[in-house]
Amino acid sequence: MLILPCPWCGPREETEFACDGEVSSVSVDPATASDGAWADALHNRTNRKGMHREWWCHRRGCRQWFWIERDTATNQLRNSGLPGTES
Amino acid sequence: MRYSIASLLRNALSYHEHWPQAWRSPAPKPRYEVVIIGGGGHGLATAYYLAKNHGITDIAVLEKGWIGGGNTGRNTTGIRSNYLHDASAAFYDYSVRLYEELSRTLNYNIMFSQRGLVSLMHSDAELAQADRLRNALHANGIETDFMTVADLAREIPLLDTSPDARYPVIGAVRQKRAGTARHDAVAWAYARAADGLGVHIIQDCAVRGIRREGDRVTALETTQGNIAAGRVAIAVAGHSSVLAEMAGFRLPIVSYALQAVVSEPLKPMLDTIVGSTAVHVYLTQSDKGELVIGASRDGYPSYAQRGSFGTVEDMMAAGLALFPTLGRVKLLRQWAGIVDVAPDASPIVSKTPVANLYISTGWGTGGFKAIPAGGVVFAHTIALDRPHALNERYGLDRFTSGRLMDENAAAAVRH
Ligand SMILES: Cc1cc2nc3c(=O)[nH]c(=O)nc-3n(C[C@H](O)[C@H](O)[C@H](O)COP(=O)(O)OP(=O)(O)OC[C@H]3O[C@@H](n4cnc5c(N)ncnc54)[C@H](O)[C@@H]3O)c2cc1C
Ligand SMILES: [Zn+2]
Repeated sequence: MLILPCPWCGPREETEFACDGEVSSVSVDPATASDGAWADALHNRTNRKGMHREWWCHRRGCRQWFWIERDTATNQLRNSGLPGTES
Repeated sequence: MRYSIASLLRNALSYHEHWPQAWRSPAPKPRYEVVIIGGGGHGLATAYYLAKNHGITDIAVLEKGWIGGGNTGRNTTGIRSNYLHDASAAFYDYSVRLYEELSRTLNYNIMFSQRGLVSLMHSDAELAQADRLRNALHANGIETDFMTVADLAREIPLLDTSPDARYPVIGAVRQKRAGTARHDAVAWAYARAADGLGVHIIQDCAVRGIRREGDRVTALETTQGNIAAGRVAIAVAGHSSVLAEMAGFRLPIVSYALQAVVSEPLKPMLDTIVGSTAVHVYLTQSDKGELVIGASRDGYPSYAQRGSFGTVEDMMAAGLALFPTLGRVKLLRQWAGIVDVAPDASPIVSKTPVANLYISTGWGTGGFKAIPAGGVVFAHTIALDRPHALNERYGLDRFTSGRLMDENAAAAVRH
């Protein structure tokens, strides 16, 4: 069981949270993007084996969002932060 | 050597000490016409059908661990074809038909047992959805039958069918041709048959890098040296994105841990597969007597083959809600596999942005049932550089065209 550090509530068990996947490295303007660029932004993922940044929501707690760095192979946790500081 | 009653008797007389190896373990050659990365069911079946159906025998299958040690040897072996969309129904039903013949085709007992799959319903909304699914299946020639609560009480006596159950059951849909098979045997059977046709199966050989020249792959860097290849096929399940990154592109795939557990062996008590989408768990009983139990994948991307305890707790709670009588049964083992999930829960068997590189992925939580058909269509795609009729809808191009094939809502088990 992961113990995740909610920036507002402190360390809580993983079952209180929902993961929204990796912080996207691509951002495109849907009005001007080509089909390929749009598909890449919408569907493709880096899906890294190793340390990456991902979104979590403390859904069964304060309902706030934050990002965290987690190693997807070892589950080791590193930095975290509030929305706006993810990239 | 052909396996038969005669070979069994002959080897019994010599105390089973002289069975030949089922496949060789050759040192890799410097170059192969086709190199398949990943010795799971899909990689091995693809090698077999490339040799059998397309006459290409200069093939190596590179496996970083041991064959079948990935998801193929970790899955709960549910084989069914009750998929909603026409293309999925055609593909998966073809796979079930191949499974029906597989022990004979490969001369290897894969212990395919068509014990049926019973999907329980708990609400009117589910009944309505079940009607839609059953009609769609019927139109595709895949028969299912409806079971009333009385049928369920008679055929699965230990299931709690009482109206005051935690989640009362109000009916079920059954696919009688669904079943289970011995997972390792499927990998071993394809390995042995492919080896018999000249394929090199190279275990303990991890691919670490993919060498490209322009838009072509030229060679693979492996833990057993560099291996040049005319064509390369990726069939590595949860590690698809890792291999794609080596080749320089990204995939619409996220890797998750999917867990299963088995109980201590019990006397025969369950002769079918029972599952519930709403309560979310499914159970079968193996030939050894163990209850094999599976449920949903973990909730976050993962390559950690360990799994979350919360998921196991939910799985147990759901199992006990359906079978309260199992309360004192002990679990023997728990494990996870890393599954490759596409946004529409449909597989990808496709050409890639690299000209002589092909990929089979997106099998996610349900690709064991697809191994025979997946092997046929992937071999076809590699041999002829274009899809087979049955995987035309499984290309990577669907993510650009927007023509996804969403099987999430339709699956008998939530993904
Ligand atoms: C718990 C669980 C339950 C499941 N239940 C069912 C079910 O009931 N029914 C069903 O149909 N499906 C089920 N599945 C899904 C099914 O197991 C998979 O979809 C299927 O086995 C995938 O086969 P594969 O050959 O693609 O992958 P795998 O069997 O995982 O084979 C891929 C191989 O690639 C190797 N590899 C990875 N990276 C490298 C590298 N760099 N170099 C060389 N080799 C590499 C791995 O070691 C592995 O052996 C389940 C899965 C799990 C985990
Ligand atoms: Zn919080």
